[in-house]
Amino acid sequence: MNIDHFKPATVYTIYIASTPEKVWQALTTTEFSRKYFFGNSVEVDLKVGGAFIVRTPDGALHISGEVIECAPPRRLSVTFNVNWPELIEKLGPTLVTYEIEAVGEAVRLTMTESHDRPLSDDILEGGRQGWPAILSSLKSVLETGAPLLIQMEPPKRMLAALKAMGIGAP
Amino acid sequence: MPKPEFVYVSYIETTPEKVWEALTSSEFSRQYWFGTELRSDWKVGSPFALVMNGTTTDVGEILEADPPRRLSYTFRHVLDDDMRNERPTKVVFAIEPHGKLVKLTLTHQGFAEGSKLLDGISKGWPAILSSLKSLLESGTALAIPVSALGIEGM
Repeated sequence: MNIDHFKPATVYTIYIASTPEKVWQALTTTEFSRKYFFGNSVEVDLKVGGAFIVRTPDGALHISGEVIECAPPRRLSVTFNVNWPELIEKLGPTLVTYEIEAVGEAVRLTMTESHDRPLSDDILEGGRQGWPAILSSLKSVLETGAPLLIQMEPPKRMLAALKAMGIGAP
Repeated sequence: MPKPEFVYVSYIETTPEKVWEALTSSEFSRQYWFGTELRSDWKVGSPFALVMNGTTTDVGEILEADPPRRLSYTFRHVLDDDMRNERPTKVVFAIEPHGKLVKLTLTHQGFAEGSKLLDGISKGWPAILSSLKSLLESGTALAIPVSALGIEGM
């Protein structure tokens, strides 16, 4: 898949007292991801073209995509398409890139969410609310062993904007 | 065009009072803010300064102080020649309980187009606020040298 025309819409950077290898593992393993991703779990076949899947706690398919770049433990880029009716047709694919760098005795993790077309702030609010919660919890798990229990609903302004475009949340 | 501002949200397993203390006490800031001391009496209208190793790096004035919910000050960098001549900006911390956690939202706004300060603080705040979270949750701040952030002039 050609990603040249994707542009960054949301960037979140967080520093973690950990190693690049452990951050990579947290991002790519099913058991670990379940701890910090609102109970969702990541399944990824770590090779270019491999499948990237996120399942909800009940096992339903929530996000599907494919691996675009895979350079452990430094860089992972995947398409990240939420499995809601009409969403991919109307918003296009979402690209998520994780960059992992050792900085001093910590790790800098930078998440970049990119799109192939301009999207409104209302639509982007979902990621802008979600990523800080997910990555704050990932940091806590790696540093203290305990995830954060963050209760969060999809932002109302995002749901309203999706509905106006004929995209329904399940 | 996106607004020239920087917003950063962090969820922290702590209390609003602890976050307030961390944002207003040099005892905390020296640990998570690259050794920086915070100088202010935190009253509306009072001066505010950041002092790193005896050198004042940034100055401002307290705009709002509503412990433990909201803290706001003007912010002007005074060390770097280019940044010193930029107009004063505004920093707002909103501290909200979120379940048993705290949601800390930093909004830094009021930058001119092409601001060099905006580029610097966009690299600085994630490291500072990540380290604050580590300190409050684990008792240990992060060991990140300020030189590793890639901020021009630092």
